[in-house]
Amino acid sequence: MKASDQKRLLREMIFYRRFEERSFEAYMERKIGGFLHLYSGQEAVATGVLEQARVGHDYVITGYRDHVHAIKAGAPAREVMAELFGKETGSSRGRGGSMHIFDPTVNFMGGYALVGQPFPLAAGLALAAKHQGTDQIAICFLGDGANNQGTFHETMNMASVWKLPVLFVCENNLYAIGTRIDRSTAVVDQYKRVCGYDMPSSQHDGQDLDAVMESAKGAIDHVRGGNGPYFIEYLTYRYRGHSMSDAAAYRSAEEVEEWSKRDPIEVYAKKLKKAKVVTDDEIREMEKGIDDELENDIIKFAEESPEPRVEDLNKYVLDDDPDPRWIGPLASNGK
Amino acid sequence: MTEIAYWEAIRRAHDEELANDKNVIVMGEDIGVAGGTYKATLGLYDKYGKDRVIDTPISENSFTGIGIGASMAGMRPIIEIMSINFALLALDTLVNAAAKIRYMSGGRASCPIVMRTPGGTAHQLAAQHSARLARLFMSTSGLRVVTPRGPLDAYGMLKSAVRCNDPVIIIEHERMYNLREDVPDEESFRPLEGAEVVREGTDITLIGYNYSCHLCLTAAERLAQEGINAEVIDLRALKPLDRETIRRSVEKTHRVLVAEEDEAPVGVGAEVIAGVIEDCFFALDSQPVRVHAADVPVPYNAKLEKEAIPDADDVYHGALKALGKI
Ligand SMILES: Cc1ncc(C[n+]2csc(CCOP(=O)(O)OP(=O)(O)O)c2C)c(N)n1
Ligand SMILES: [Mg+2]
Repeated sequence: MKASDQKRLLREMIFYRRFEERSFEAYMERKIGGFLHLYSGQEAVATGVLEQARVGHDYVITGYRDHVHAIKAGAPAREVMAELFGKETGSSRGRGGSMHIFDPTVNFMGGYALVGQPFPLAAGLALAAKHQGTDQIAICFLGDGANNQGTFHETMNMASVWKLPVLFVCENNLYAIGTRIDRSTAVVDQYKRVCGYDMPSSQHDGQDLDAVMESAKGAIDHVRGGNGPYFIEYLTYRYRGHSMSDAAAYRSAEEVEEWSKRDPIEVYAKKLKKAKVVTDDEIREMEKGIDDELENDIIKFAEESPEPRVEDLNKYVLDDDPDPRWIGPLASNGK
Repeated sequence: MTEIAYWEAIRRAHDEELANDKNVIVMGEDIGVAGGTYKATLGLYDKYGKDRVIDTPISENSFTGIGIGASMAGMRPIIEIMSINFALLALDTLVNAAAKIRYMSGGRASCPIVMRTPGGTAHQLAAQHSARLARLFMSTSGLRVVTPRGPLDAYGMLKSAVRCNDPVIIIEHERMYNLREDVPDEESFRPLEGAEVVREGTDITLIGYNYSCHLCLTAAERLAQEGINAEVIDLRALKPLDRETIRRSVEKTHRVLVAEEDEAPVGVGAEVIAGVIEDCFFALDSQPVRVHAADVPVPYNAKLEKEAIPDADDVYHGALKALGKI
């Protein structure tokens, strides 16, 4: 990989971390409401997998921890932040919020709050791609906890029977809110769970960007090559509580400490420094540039954007410009 | 015009829409090789192939979700759920996903799916095969809910539902699949909105939908023999509800009855009557009447079942009550 790409990827991951931490601050300032689930600690997974995808072409779908996936999939970061601020310029026009970022112009098909719901939606996107004869694939990112939903089993079965071009990415951060995986799940290695559906799968280090990219490339090639679905598991860790109200008291300080030694940004930065691709000074420059972009472009855009108009409350419930041939009115009543 | 059965009307709509648009697919349990529990897709597997008439495993929530996902990418899936009782398993994808995706994406994504399902009581199928869940879908914003009462609407509304850009729930009825009616030979469409005055009258408005519309028509015949001239309205669409047609009728007849096959609480009748009271309270000459099922799980025993489910007799007596005659 070219040095310039490696630097770009490092910058992207730092940007995602800062984006999340800045939205944490905005939440404390009450600029953001509702639930806010941060991705800090897991950056290498979305970054590495989507680096190997054809962004804007492939379908991407995920749960509520969706800001970084949306941005890496091509949604403008300022629109994502504006969505967190509930603004009309937001990715979902202020109607969705943090958990429901959408940008179908780049085939980012949404963030969903219902744990496990994106599984079948992803398979449906893949079914459409297959049916329409495109070479698109669908990529579904979900957590370890989602694999205990019925939709997981139902969808793995159908995706496999119908050989759908879908990649399931399991971001195993060991917890579903406060329940550690071994307390809720009989088979802790998630990649093993799809063998009952005859689906190929594998497990990898989710904190090492290179490992993520390499494994994702193989998985994506498999799916795009018409061989049916693939399930890929990454071991990772979230630093913050599940959402803003969660102090994460269920995890020991030692555990958090252990995982922070394998911080995906630090792991990658160290590698690049050792290979003389980047220097500490350059990284500091990067961080400065990112903070500047966040404050003076992204946050500014979100702050200054208008809110949705109250008069538009009822917009987007149904098609706002329906065809009267299908909708009516009914002629026979002599209205 | 040719007289065809309700199931044949649905089958014809499927056939025409599959032929019209490659993005139309049909999904459901036993709809392909087996031709559908009520024959609604008979022969279409052979005609359009396994990739367009898709036999699914018994996974209601997820095959519905797959249809929804496909619809977000330009497909037009028609999803058959074998019985509305099983649609409860698909409520997450229908209510939490399909109904809300357009709104929570700020209008940037949409789910033009059609979900069809029989949603009434048949004969002695007992509690777990006799749900009537119209009220559940009717109370969900972001959905359209229609209830074709005969072959003409079953054909024309399915065709409109496939073309429409919203998620549409079509509630059919086990006891109507063999009902016959004239349907035009040339392609036609029936709108997804608008109640229909199916019998004009002056003395009382009887409101039904789906099968209960037929109960109202039968009761109206009997009332006519006694010199009472009832108007009958078929709601056709439960969501959105056509309150205007109801208001105009009630302002003419001054009396209203709603017949529903479902239990009463938080039901179609409750909603329609609330609308009547809000829209034309002072036009009423007597208290509105609801005719509905008993508030019990549907029993197996035939005598008990008959007691639990309203029939034309119940509508007739309900009308007499509204007319102050009993
Ligand atoms: C159907 C459903 N049940 C419960 C919840 C509440 N809930 C939200 S996130 C979550 C844990 C999910 O854990 P996991 O899938 O591992 O994802 P992570 O948050 O770790 O990224 C739960 C129980 C929900 N949103 N949806
Ligand atoms: Mg988790």
